[in-house]
Amino acid sequence: MIHSLFLVNSSGDIFLEKHWKSVVSRSVCDYFFEAQERASEPENVPPVIPTPHHYLISVLRHRIYFVAVIQSEVPPLFVIEFLHRVVDTFQDYFGVCTEAAIKDNVVVVYELLEEMLDNGFPLATESNILKELIKPPTILRTVVNTITGSTNVGEQLPTGQLSVVPWRRTGVKYTNNEAYFDVVEEIDAIIDKSGSTITAEIQGVIDACVKLTGMPDLTLSFMNPRLLDDVSFHPCVRFKRWEAERILSFIPPDGNFRLLSYHVSCQNLVAIPVYVKHNITFREGSSQGRFELTLGPKQTMGKGLEAVLISSQLPRGVLNTNLNPSQGTYNFDPVTKLLSWDVGKINPQKLPSLKGSMSLQAGASKPDENPTINIQFKIQQSALSGLKVNRLDMYGEKYKPFKGIKYMTKAGKFQTKGLLRGRAWDLKN
Amino acid sequence: MLSMSTNNLSYSDQGGTDSAVEVGQETTPTSSNAGAGFGLFSVDFKKNEDLKEMLESNKESLKLEAMKRVVGLIAKGKNASELFPAVVKNVASKNIELKKLVYVYLVRYAEEQQDLALLSISTFQRALKDPNQLIRASALRVLSSIRVPIIVPIMMLAIKEAASDMSPYVRKTSAHAIQKLYSLDQDQKELLIEVIEKLLKDKSTLVAGSVVMAFEEVCPDRIDLIHKNYRKLCNLLVDVEEWGQVVIISMLTRYARTQFTSPWKEDGVFDEHNERAFYESDEEKTRDETEAKPYMMDPDHRLLLRNTKPLLQSRNTAVVMSVAQLYWHLAPKNEVSIVTKSLVRLLRSHREVQYIVLQNIATMSIQRKGMFEPYMKSFYVRSTDATHIKSLKLEILTSLANEANISTILREFQTYVKSQDKQFAAGTIQAIGRCATNISEVTDTCLNGLVLLLSNRDETVVAESVVVIRKLLQIQPTQHSDIIKHMAKLFDNITVPMARASILWLMGEYCERVPKIAPDVLRKMAKSFTSEEDIVKLQTVNLAAKLYLTNSKQTKLLTQYILNLGKYDQNYDIRDRTRFIRQLIVPNDKNGALSKYAHRILLAPKPAPVLESAYKDRDRYQLGTLSHTINTKASGYLELSDWPAVAPDQSVRNVEVIEPVKEWAPSLGKTVKSKPAKSSDDKFYSDSGEEEEKGSGSSSSEDGSSSSSSEESGSDAESHVQKNSSQTSEESDKSSSQSEKSSSESDSEKKERKTKTPLQKKTVKPTAKDCDSDENGNVAKEANSSSAEESSSDSESDSDTHTDSDSGTEHKKKTKSKAKPKVEVKSTKDVSLLDLGDFTPAPVTQHKSSVLSPSLLGDLEGLSLSNVSSTIQLSGPAFVPEKSHDLLHRMTGKGLSAQYQFPRQPCLYQPTMVSVQISLTNTTDHPLEQIHIGDRSPTGLNIHCFNTIECLEPEASVTVFMGIDFNDSTQAANFQLCTKEDHFSVSIQPAIGELLLPITMTELDFRKEQGKLLGMNESSATITMAAENMTSQPISRPVATVANLGMVPSSQDNVHRFAGKTANSGAVVLVTVELRGESTALITINTEKSVMGSMLLRDLKLALAQA
Repeated sequence: MIHSLFLVNSSGDIFLEKHWKSVVSRSVCDYFFEAQERASEPENVPPVIPTPHHYLISVLRHRIYFVAVIQSEVPPLFVIEFLHRVVDTFQDYFGVCTEAAIKDNVVVVYELLEEMLDNGFPLATESNILKELIKPPTILRTVVNTITGSTNVGEQLPTGQLSVVPWRRTGVKYTNNEAYFDVVEEIDAIIDKSGSTITAEIQGVIDACVKLTGMPDLTLSFMNPRLLDDVSFHPCVRFKRWEAERILSFIPPDGNFRLLSYHVSCQNLVAIPVYVKHNITFREGSSQGRFELTLGPKQTMGKGLEAVLISSQLPRGVLNTNLNPSQGTYNFDPVTKLLSWDVGKINPQKLPSLKGSMSLQAGASKPDENPTINIQFKIQQSALSGLKVNRLDMYGEKYKPFKGIKYMTKAGKFQTKGLLRGRAWDLKN
Repeated sequence: MLSMSTNNLSYSDQGGTDSAVEVGQETTPTSSNAGAGFGLFSVDFKKNEDLKEMLESNKESLKLEAMKRVVGLIAKGKNASELFPAVVKNVASKNIELKKLVYVYLVRYAEEQQDLALLSISTFQRALKDPNQLIRASALRVLSSIRVPIIVPIMMLAIKEAASDMSPYVRKTSAHAIQKLYSLDQDQKELLIEVIEKLLKDKSTLVAGSVVMAFEEVCPDRIDLIHKNYRKLCNLLVDVEEWGQVVIISMLTRYARTQFTSPWKEDGVFDEHNERAFYESDEEKTRDETEAKPYMMDPDHRLLLRNTKPLLQSRNTAVVMSVAQLYWHLAPKNEVSIVTKSLVRLLRSHREVQYIVLQNIATMSIQRKGMFEPYMKSFYVRSTDATHIKSLKLEILTSLANEANISTILREFQTYVKSQDKQFAAGTIQAIGRCATNISEVTDTCLNGLVLLLSNRDETVVAESVVVIRKLLQIQPTQHSDIIKHMAKLFDNITVPMARASILWLMGEYCERVPKIAPDVLRKMAKSFTSEEDIVKLQTVNLAAKLYLTNSKQTKLLTQYILNLGKYDQNYDIRDRTRFIRQLIVPNDKNGALSKYAHRILLAPKPAPVLESAYKDRDRYQLGTLSHTINTKASGYLELSDWPAVAPDQSVRNVEVIEPVKEWAPSLGKTVKSKPAKSSDDKFYSDSGEEEEKGSGSSSSEDGSSSSSSEESGSDAESHVQKNSSQTSEESDKSSSQSEKSSSESDSEKKERKTKTPLQKKTVKPTAKDCDSDENGNVAKEANSSSAEESSSDSESDSDTHTDSDSGTEHKKKTKSKAKPKVEVKSTKDVSLLDLGDFTPAPVTQHKSSVLSPSLLGDLEGLSLSNVSSTIQLSGPAFVPEKSHDLLHRMTGKGLSAQYQFPRQPCLYQPTMVSVQISLTNTTDHPLEQIHIGDRSPTGLNIHCFNTIECLEPEASVTVFMGIDFNDSTQAANFQLCTKEDHFSVSIQPAIGELLLPITMTELDFRKEQGKLLGMNESSATITMAAENMTSQPISRPVATVANLGMVPSSQDNVHRFAGKTANSGAVVLVTVELRGESTALITINTEKSVMGSMLLRDLKLALAQA
C-alpha cells in the first residue's frame, strides 16, 4: 500500500523520509515539486499526482506536505485519511506539528511511523495504543531516562491492541476523575447582499476530555436528539443503542478524543447570529471610492458575539484605503488587497462600523466586483442549533466523576456575497 | 532540483544511483534551518567514525545515543550503510529501544548488505519463540522485512508457524509477512495461498483485515477461498479495525459482483446515458418489474448490504467512501441514495478528502442527479476553496441542473463569473454553456447572458464567452444573426486568439446571414494577417474561402491577397491549408473534379459540438479507487466484473463443519477474544437489522401496488420455509453456538427474532457468558448485552443496567432458573439466537390481518410472558377483528392517510404494551419522507415507535407495528405522526377489549381464580338475546370480537367461559356467559380491575344483545 513517505516543507525541501518497503529514491518528489511550482497557492497542489512508476498522494497540514508514494491501486482516501491520522498523532505527541518539532523528535517520529504501518498497511493508529508502545516525550521523562537509562519504548503488547475496546488501555488511574465535553458548532453560511441566506448549515462536534479511572461505561443523552441530521461516531459509540434510543453509550478512550461529529442541515432553519451591511461604491471617472460596513448581532439568544473578525478581498483596482473603525483595528495589505478588521466583541448598544474612502488606481476603470466578506466570530455558552445535553451517567465504576459540559458556536466558512441584483439574467426571456 | 527531473526514470532502481543523488542533495543548503536540536544532523561523514566507536562501546546509553543519531541520518536520507557491521552486533541487545532502532536500521539497509544481514537471522529465529507476543510479532516483522532472498525458506517457515500462533496479534503480523514474502519471491505463491486460506478461517477481527489484504495482493482471483468465509467476514465487519474494513469492503464488492445476480432492472434504468429513465414515474417502473421475472435478492447479498450500512457513520472517511461505492455497485437502485448524506458530510473534512469525494460525486451525479439534488447547496463554491475543488463543484452543479433548479444554479453561476479567479470564471462560463445545451428551456436565456458577458472588462471572460457562444450558436443557428453581428462588432477589441478564431469561424459558417459584415471583417483581417496567431490565420483562410464561394464578387481580391500571404507564412500548417484552399476554390484546368464540390466541402452542415462532462466515462472504474481519481488504469487495479446472468451456486457459502467446541472453551487468556458469536451480540455498531428490514420492506411495498406482488412475496415466503426446514434440521444437530448466519435471512430469522422475547434472550445469555473467559472484557460485554436488551424494552431503566452489570452472577442464576421449563424451545433456537442483532419490528407487508404464521403462534403459546401462574398460559387470539380505524384521514394528513387496527398479538417490544398495526398510505403524487412519531401526550406515555420510514412512494402503503402501553385504561394515546414537513396530531383510542391478552386455563383453575375475585371484583348483568344465538359458536364470536379473550373449556353446555389478562398489570379478567332458558343470559365478569370490568361488561352487553 503505502510505499514511502516524504515530508516536504514549504520551501520545497525534503526534511524526512521513511520507507516501508524497498527504498524509493527521493527524486520521485520532483514530480511533486513540478506540480507545486505550477500551483498558484500552496493549497492548489493536486492531492493525487501520477508519475510513470508511482503515484504521489499528498496532504498539506501546518505548511508541511506529507507526500506518500504509492505503487499500485489503493483507495486514495485510505492514504489521505492515514496521512491525516499521522499528522494528528504528531500533534498529539509534540503539541504542535511543525518542521522543528518533527526534527527535534526525529527518533520518536521514526518509532511512531514504524509502529503505525507495517509493510505499508496500517498497524496501530489508535493514539492510546501508540502511547503505550512509545511514550510521548516530556522534559521530565527525558531527564529521567538519561539518568536511569530506561526507555520510551513499551515492552509489552498494549492491552488495547487485543481487546474489544482497543481505544482504551487498562489500568487507568486518576485521583481526580473528570469528564468534560465540549459541544462546538460551526456555522457555514453564504449570505447575499440583501441579507437573505443562500445556504447555511451547522457542523457540530462533541470533543471530550475524559480522565476516569478503570473501565467506566458512559451514557450521554440529549434533550433534542432529533436535531442531529447526520452523525459520525468515534468507534467507541454503540451504534445500536443510538439507533434505538438516540442515546450515546460508550466506553470512552482515555484522554482527549472526538466523540461525535454531526450535521444540522440547512432544511432546519438555521438562525444566523450576525448581520453585515456593507456599501461599497466607486464612481465612474473618480479615483475615490466609498466604503461603509456595519455589523450587528441578530438572534444570538442573549449571548454576546466575541472575537469578531472581518476580512475581505478588495478589487484589484484599489490602491489604498483610508478607513475609520469605530472599534478594533483594521489593516489593509496593498499588495494582496486583503482588508481585515479585528472587531473584537460586539456591543449591541453601539454597533461597530468601518467607514471611509478608498483610493483607486489612476486611469483604471471602475471595479465592478462586489467583494466577498468573510466573517469570523465566536459565541460562548451557546450551541446555535439548540442542541442540549440532557444528562451524563456513568456505570461500571463506583466513584463519582466530575462532569462538565461547555457549548460554543464559531463561524466556519461564513461569507456574504455581493450579488448584483440588477444584472440578474431574466429567466423568462 | 529541476535538473534532477531528467533522471526521473532511474529513480526506481535503488542502490547505485542513490548515493549519487544524495550527495547532490547535500549541496542544497539546509543548514540555515538546522537549529539547536537539529545539530546532530549536520554531522558530516567524518563523524561517522565516532558513531562506530560509540556503537562498539560497552555502554548501553552510548549505543543508544549513537543509534538515535543513525536513525536521524536515515530520516534525512543520508547514507549510513557503512555502519552496518557495527549496528548489526546490537541486534540482540536487551535494551528494547536500542533493539527497535537496530531493527529500523536493518530493514533499511539489509537489502544492500545481504551477507552481513544474515548474521542477525539467528537472533530473530530465537525471538520468534519468545513468550512475549510483542517480541514474537516484531521479530517476524523485521525478519520478513529484510529483503534477502536467501532467507526465503526461513521466512516461509516462520510465517507458517506464526499463522497458528496463539496470539491474534502475531497472526496478524504473519498476514502482513505473507505479502512481503510474495513480493520477494513469487514462486512461493502456492504455499502462501495455503497460509492465506488458513488465516481466512481465523475468527479474530484483528486478523481479518490483514489477511484479506494479503489475499488481494497475492491471489485476488482465488474467489473460491472466500465462499466459506463470506458470511463470517460480513458479520465480523463492524468490529474489524477501520483500515481492515476498507480492504474487506472493496474485496467483498468484487466478490458480490461475481456471485450474485443484478438487483437492477433488466433493461438497466440507469444504464449509461439513458436520461429519460430518470423521469419515468415510479409506477411505470414497478409495473415493468412485476411483469419481468421476479427478482429475488440473494440473502447473502442482503447480508452484505445490511452489515455495511452502519459503517456509513464511521469517522474514517475511507470507510464511508468504501461503503458508498459498495452501495453504488451492489445495492438496488432505490437503496443507493442512503449513502448521499454521508458523502455530503465528508465534504466538511480536509481539503484532500473533499477532492476525492467530490470526484466520486461528480461521477455519480451524472448517472443519478436525484441522489444529490437535495444537497445542491452543499456544492456551492466558496471563495476560499482551492481551484481544483471549485472546478469539481462546478462540474457537479452542472450535472445537477434541471428545469426546476436551473434558475437558482444560473444565479449562483453569475456570481462565480465575477470571481477574481479567472480560471474558475472561465470554467463557469463553460458550465453555463453546458447547462444551456442540456436544458433547452434556458438556452436562450444563457445565450443572452453570455452576450452580456461579452462587454465584460476581463478578457478571459469575454474570450471564453465567445467560444461558448460559438458552440451554442452552432446548435441552434437559425435566429441569431443579431448575436453574430454583435460579435463582429466586438471583434476589434478581442485579443485572445481562440476567441478571435471562433468569431471568424462563425462569420464564415453563417456568412449568408451577415452578407454585409463578413467581407468587412475579412478586409480587416487581410490587413492584420501577418501579426495574427496561427489559429486565427487558419480561420482567416477558412473565412476567405467560404466568402469566395458565396460572395466572390466582393471578396475575390481579398481572398487572393490572403492566400498569397498564407503561401509564404512561416507555419507549414498554414502554408498547407493555403495550398489546399487555393486548389479547391480557384478554378483551373487541372483539378476541376474537386472544385466542383468545393461548395459542398466547405459549407457542409456541421454537426453541433456536444458539451459533455469530463466525468462521463469515469464510471468504467470502480468508484473510490485510485484509477477513478486519475482516470487511467493504475497498476494493480482489479476490474469489477459484470453481474453474472445466472447466479453461481449459492450453497458454496454454507458452512458445513462447525468448529469444535474446544475453540470456544476458554483457554489461556491469549486466545481470540472477540469470538464471532459474541461479537455479533456485543457489537458496538450493531447490524441495524431493523432499519434494513424496513428498507427492503418498503421496496416490496412499492411493488405492492400491483396485485401480483403479493403472490410473489407469498411464494417467496414459501420457498424460504422450505429452505428453512432443511436448514433448521441441520442446525439442530449443531449444539455449539455458531455465528454463521442461516442462509436465509428472511422468514426464519424474522420468526426467530419475534420469538426472542426478553425472557428467552436471558436464557441464552449464560451460554454466552460461559465461554467468556476474559476478565477485563467482561464488564464491557455485560453492559453491552444488557444494552442490547434495553434497546428492545424501553422501560427497563438505566439503573437496571447498572445492577445487571454489577451483579452478573446473581442475575445468571435467576435467569437460569426461569429458563428451565422452556428448555425445549431454547435448544432449537439458540443456535441462531446468539447471532441475532436485534428485534425486528414486524415486517412491512401487504395488508394481512394475521402476520404470524401458525407455527409461530405455536411457539408463542409455549412462552409465558406473565408471572401469574404456571397453569395459566398465554394463548393466541381466538379471533382477530378485521376492523380498522381511521388514524389520520388523507384530507387532514395532506395526502398521508393512516389506519390502525389491533392485531391482537402479544407485543414484541414489551409485554406490557398492546401492539397496534398501522397502515400508512401515501395518496399524494410525491414521495413522503421520514415518517416517524413525534411528540406524545400524556408525556409519560410509553410508546415503542416504529422506525422512521425514510420514504413512502406515491400510492404505496406500508404496514408498521408499534407498541403502546395504555396502562390498562382506555385513555387515548395521543401522539404526533410526523413527515419531513408536517406534524399531524393523532390519537388511538383503544376499546377496552383490546387491552387484554387471551389466556387459557383449565376449568378448575378458572373456578379457583374466580373464587378469589368475588364481591367488589365481580360485576354482572342479565341480557336478552335472540334464541338462535344460544349455541356456543355464536356466543364466543361476539365475545371474541369485543374483547381479546381466550376460551376456557367448559363442562356445562350453557356456560361459556373466557379468560384474559390485562396487558399492563397482568390482572386476570374472567368472563362467564351463562345462558338461561329462553333468551336471557347472565354475563359475569370477575377482575380486580373493577373499572375495566364494568366497561367490558357494557361492551359485551351491547354486542351480545345485537347478536
